[in-house]
Amino acid sequence: MSAAAHSVVAPSTTSKRVAATFVVVYAVISMIPLFWIFATSFKTPPDSIAYPPKVLFTPSMEGYCNLFTTRTRQTPEYINSLPPATSFCDETTRKRNMVIAGPSNFLPRFVNSLIIAFGSTFCAVFLGTLAAYGFSRFKVPMADDLLFFILSTRMMPPIAVAIPIYLMYRELGLSDTALGMILLYTAVNVSLAVWLLKGFIDEIPREYEEAAMIDGYTRLQAFRKVVLPQATTGIAATAIFCLIFAWNEYAFASLLTSGTAQTAPPFIPTIIGEGGQDWPAVAAGTTVFLVPILVFTILLRKQLLRGITFGAVRK
Amino acid sequence: MKSTLKVSLGLAAGLAASTAMTGASQAEDLTLCWAAWDPANALVELSKDFTTQTGIGMKFEFVPWTNYADRFLNELNSKGKLCDLIIGDSQWIGGSAENGHYVKLNDFFDKEGIKMSDFVDATVVGYSQWPKNTPNYWSLPAFGDVVGWTYRKDWFAKPEIQAAFKEKYGRDLAVPATFAELKDIAEFFQNRDVDGKKVYGASIYTERGSEGVTMGVMDVLYSFGFKYENPEKPYDMEGFVNSDKSVAGLEFYKSLYDCCTPPGASNSYMGEGIDAFKSGQVAMHMNFAFTWPGLQKDESVGGDKVGFFANPAGPDGEKFAQLGGQGISVVAYSEKQDAALKYIKWFATTDVQKKWWSLGGFSCLKSVVEDPTFEASQPYAKTFLDSMAIVKDFWAEPSYASLLQASQKRFHDYVVAGQGTAKEALDGLVADWTEVFQDDGKI
Amino acid sequence: MRGAETPETMQDPSGKPVVTDTTSSILDRAAEAAVRATPDNLATRVRGLSDRMVAWIFIAPTMLLLLAINIFPLIWAIQLSFTNYRANRPNEEVKNIGLQNYSRILNDHDTWIAMQATAHFVLWTIVLQTLIGFTLAYLIDRKFRGHAFWTTIILVPMMLSPAVVGNFWRFLYEPQIGLFAYVISFFTGIPPTEILMLSSVKLAPWAIIIVDTWMWTPYVMLICLAGLRSIPDYIYEAAEVDRASNWRQFWSITLPMALPFIMLAVLFRGIENFKMFDMVNLLTGGGPGSTTEVASITLKREAFEKWRTGFSSAFAIILFVAVFGLANIYVKVLNRVKSR
Repeated sequence: MSAAAHSVVAPSTTSKRVAATFVVVYAVISMIPLFWIFATSFKTPPDSIAYPPKVLFTPSMEGYCNLFTTRTRQTPEYINSLPPATSFCDETTRKRNMVIAGPSNFLPRFVNSLIIAFGSTFCAVFLGTLAAYGFSRFKVPMADDLLFFILSTRMMPPIAVAIPIYLMYRELGLSDTALGMILLYTAVNVSLAVWLLKGFIDEIPREYEEAAMIDGYTRLQAFRKVVLPQATTGIAATAIFCLIFAWNEYAFASLLTSGTAQTAPPFIPTIIGEGGQDWPAVAAGTTVFLVPILVFTILLRKQLLRGITFGAVRK
Repeated sequence: MKSTLKVSLGLAAGLAASTAMTGASQAEDLTLCWAAWDPANALVELSKDFTTQTGIGMKFEFVPWTNYADRFLNELNSKGKLCDLIIGDSQWIGGSAENGHYVKLNDFFDKEGIKMSDFVDATVVGYSQWPKNTPNYWSLPAFGDVVGWTYRKDWFAKPEIQAAFKEKYGRDLAVPATFAELKDIAEFFQNRDVDGKKVYGASIYTERGSEGVTMGVMDVLYSFGFKYENPEKPYDMEGFVNSDKSVAGLEFYKSLYDCCTPPGASNSYMGEGIDAFKSGQVAMHMNFAFTWPGLQKDESVGGDKVGFFANPAGPDGEKFAQLGGQGISVVAYSEKQDAALKYIKWFATTDVQKKWWSLGGFSCLKSVVEDPTFEASQPYAKTFLDSMAIVKDFWAEPSYASLLQASQKRFHDYVVAGQGTAKEALDGLVADWTEVFQDDGKI
Repeated sequence: MRGAETPETMQDPSGKPVVTDTTSSILDRAAEAAVRATPDNLATRVRGLSDRMVAWIFIAPTMLLLLAINIFPLIWAIQLSFTNYRANRPNEEVKNIGLQNYSRILNDHDTWIAMQATAHFVLWTIVLQTLIGFTLAYLIDRKFRGHAFWTTIILVPMMLSPAVVGNFWRFLYEPQIGLFAYVISFFTGIPPTEILMLSSVKLAPWAIIIVDTWMWTPYVMLICLAGLRSIPDYIYEAAEVDRASNWRQFWSITLPMALPFIMLAVLFRGIENFKMFDMVNLLTGGGPGSTTEVASITLKREAFEKWRTGFSSAFAIILFVAVFGLANIYVKVLNRVKSR
């Protein structure tokens, strides 16, 4: 191969550099809004709404304090009459002539998100693995139609699905319950899970199970001991997708829950200060909420890549 | 597998946390639901007395205004048990009464000797009665509110500004008595340099999502001669909603939005207005009275810098203001109605109402607001009284949400997005509202 | 080593198709007998549960859940769409009004405006995300040093909640205090207070397109990347032996072979953006006026603010049928492209 020509298979150094430049520039630009939000979480409320926007500023933890507390404004005399501030957030708040009135709803909402997102992901992956194995290994009548039907359940706008679900949950007493939300998210996710996992399980040769069954294992044991370990990548990939959806879901959460079972996404845009939104606190909430999913995704990024491609990367 | 481990950890943490939380709540706690705003914080303070007196703990569920109606109407419609007491918006009365969301309070009032005549008449009609003007009470008037205006008294007092204004308009710069004067002032301040920064004329309501633009437009339309219906024939709106006077009023509102508001103020309601005024962007600002105590105390624009005035008069001298405010009701689905009623009884006493006013809550009790010391108690007290005397409210019908959605759409499409003409918007509104009433069987 | 055969039928090593039994007691005894009698045979009936039982147990819970949470509500929605039911008046008499809801929706001017806003959004987001996504994938496939790291960085916007994104982009788009206006102002010289992304009728639809593109281009990029990586090297090598230029290789090898993946990405993004609610609702609320009121926002207002449950169910069915129909056609085209 001539070294001067640009080869598609082995690109020349120049073309690699050019490619790198464009990609890095895009990556940096696309991170700027996130950096800005991250920075805003460390600004004081007046700094966050300064115009022109401040790039250099004195960092403060007010955003995070405001995220986790509710405060009321009091007169300086009242504040001076109170016992000395006990915590860091107490001090920060009092500097603004406000006192902490109690915890905010953020932590309960965050915990709800953990329970509902992880719970429904577990269920969806569990059911999805079983169903995918069933479709993959057994001759199920009308398999193709059933699979397309499963996929088509994702084509309804969530608001549309929410209308009858709302009525149904009202009758069943599942409104605003974690169980109701877990069921709903599982049902929405299981369709994707079945599709993804079937692709992965299809790739696992049947010979392994069949050999195991010759050796005396039952079908269930073969499934557990032979197929599952090989499907770990697929299961992890599916789990990430299900988790990302359930973690970030807003429409169902805002329509079907109001207090007890409400998750974080409907809550974060309602964090207001004394006037409009408390942008440092909103930014703090966004950052805190992003961390678990970011960690999870980075740890399992290879599986994510496989999952997006339905395990169809053939090399 | 990693994911199973994570899942188990997550579930375990969640279970532990939730059991910890449920352990903390007691059986005798009441939950009160309201909007998340300053008065709510004041109520939290005030309610500590109730807990001391009766031993019943108070929990609160506050939701910002933009989601308030959505969230709590949803809650009521799903027969949720989250709220024992709810301070619901004045327009929810019709729906809540007819659909059985609220407990009717007539018997309770009679038993406890709570007389509705002790409360300001406008608030009783507006927050408590359904059907209107009949003695059927579904709430206790809790928080009086009305749309008014604040202005930068310190700017108005600057000699160079006064001189420039007099030169341009031939009269003194003063609190506007008519909307025409208000617009002159707004135009005068638009893009003017004050104290080294560019400022704008006024901040007005333009919010689309809940009720903002309707509240703002109605506040102005009333004074221009807008009427909801034929006084002699209910639900007959043609010629009253879309009269020439109404068209003039709507055109005025749009011209005010186009000429004299800060950039990007296309979805502005109470919170955004407060921010605009506090950050020194605007000379005047339309907002509900509940904002006044906070602005009065503010470090940057409070004290002598802020002034208040009631809604100006329209071209024909009519003067009205949009009613806000809420009453406190007992939710019919609550399992603690007796305790909830105790709260209402406590709240209705004169001492509590007096303390409520001092903490920043706008009491509706006549003995508080008609007291001779009331006007002097706060700089905004007189404006509040004057404004409450001229109130008008939006529909409180059970289908008020559909009526509100229609006006939100028509007004926002015209005022903010500039689609169609004012006459078309109001004609369309009559059609929309007629359809709603037909669906309801009222026409 | 990975087999590529599609398992359609179960076969034992001797090639005979396998029979599954129905009754478990007969099953047990027969299984033992079979195992004893044919040690070399692959007995798919095993001690314990038969394959059919296993298949049932594995598939049934999923199907039941989908029936309960997806199908039953869909049927209920269809039934509601023929009535005038209102969820906030549960005690009122419900009347069957036939196709009145449907005719109202299809004749309503505002519905068509919502559909237009949705179509504009779907079209432009797909165009932009495909162009940028594919370009990025192509560049990343050059495999420069550190490309895995930068790929992970690019993935981050995808992991955020669309609602939270819509909310903080509202902050970024503020003319006076937001970063976006100042950056644009820096490059173009227009004063920031005149860059009204969210309040201008002309720019608001582009505001939502920009945010969606920012969020989801990584997704398209990943799928295209998978497509590019699935093209075997030897095809390129053969083309180079034939002295085909890079340009030609791109048009006759890269693009056609990656096309099924690109089309798949377009399908998924198209379906998602047709249903879009969270991000747009929090970014613009459908405004100014109704210029960004996509179909889901109209639906939400009808269903959960005006509480016209019957009417909104009809609208939901119409939307579903539209997406379903379009997706069906598209998938058939996609399958044809795949088989080429």
